[in-house]
Formats: sequence, structure tokens, C-alpha cells
Amino acid sequence: MTYTAAAVLGVLVAVALDLFVLRVRLLGRVVFWATYPLIVFFQLLSNSILTGRDIVMYDPAAILGWRIAYAPIEDLLFGFAMVLLTLDLWVWWGRRGVD
Amino acid sequence: MRHLAYVSVLAGCLVAAIWLEPVLRVGVFRRWRRLLLTVLPVAAVFVLWDLAAIAAGHWHFDESQMTGVVFPGGLPLDEVLFFLVVPVCAVLGLEAVRKVLRRPAGDE
Repeated sequence: MTYTAAAVLGVLVAVALDLFVLRVRLLGRVVFWATYPLIVFFQLLSNSILTGRDIVMYDPAAILGWRIAYAPIEDLLFGFAMVLLTLDLWVWWGRRGVD
Repeated sequence: MRHLAYVSVLAGCLVAAIWLEPVLRVGVFRRWRRLLLTVLPVAAVFVLWDLAAIAAGHWHFDESQMTGVVFPGGLPLDEVLFFLVVPVCAVLGLEAVRKVLRRPAGDE
């Protein structure tokens, strides 16, 4: 499996968890879509250092080769999956009264 | 100092987000049990992804810019810290936006 395929799969799993499994449905909330652009901004900033300085390097055969601020586009999908899963779990535990 | 490049980026992320706790009083660290139950499973899942990607050769690292602590499977400590720091920053961000916009997130 390429990183491209893994990243798309990661997003699909996170979206399925949000909508159908955890049923937190942050994808339908203004608060999520207002938070996510802020996170993407800082992700592009930090990721551009990690990839621009060649701290992390990618196999050209595993990615499409489309880059934003030095980082492969796949990293945005990876980040989206991680952030959505994180915020879903945070809200899910909150619903269960865990504080 | 070169070997601190990766962890410096993580420190920058923390600095960019951690002020939200005292200034906006988001209470994320006060709810440390909930934070741990959120961050640890996410870190576990993404460490596994990282190990699989390293094994598949999807990415590799310049260890001269990292702490040099490497776990079995070629997993650098820096990456593990990434999967702990970024989720904490994301939760801080969500709670800050919720506080400012006064919009529900679904756990009210």
C-alpha cells in the first residue's frame, strides 16, 4: 500500500468513526470547522520545517508528489485523520461524564 | 543543537497552544483523565501506523536532527512525542474555539 492509499483509508476510517461508530458527528459542527483551519495553519508551519529541512523524507514511489509548503499532500490527510479522531474521543469521553 | 531540530518544532507547537489554558481558562489540563484517555489511544494508533510506514519505507528520518533515541522498529522518540503533543494542541484548540464562539461540540 502506498502512503497515498493509507492516508485516504485513514481519513475514511476517521470519518466512519465520527459519523457511525462513536456518533460524535463533529463533522457536522461549526466548532470543528472553525478549529480545523487553525490547526492546519500550524500543521503547515511545523510540517514545512520537518520536511523542508529534510528531517522527515518520503519515498517518491509512495506519494503522489503534490506538495504544499514542502510537505506531501498525504500529510494533510494523515493530520486530518489524527485531529478528527482526537477531537472525537475528547467529546466522546465528555459525553460519558469523564472529566 | 542540530539533534534538537525535531523536538524544537514540537516545543514550538506546545508554546503556540499552551497559553490557551491559563488565558482562556479552557481547563484541558485540569481534565487530565479525559485528556489521557483521549491522547493515549490516538498516540497508540498512530505509532502503529508510523511503524508500518517505516517498515514499508514510506518515510525515513535524518537522525542527526533528532534526539537519537530510537525504539524497536526504527521508531524515533521524536515521533512518539509528536503523537502526544499534536493531539494535546488539537484539544486545546477545540476548547479555545468553543469558548470564543460559544458553539456546542456535542458533550454539553
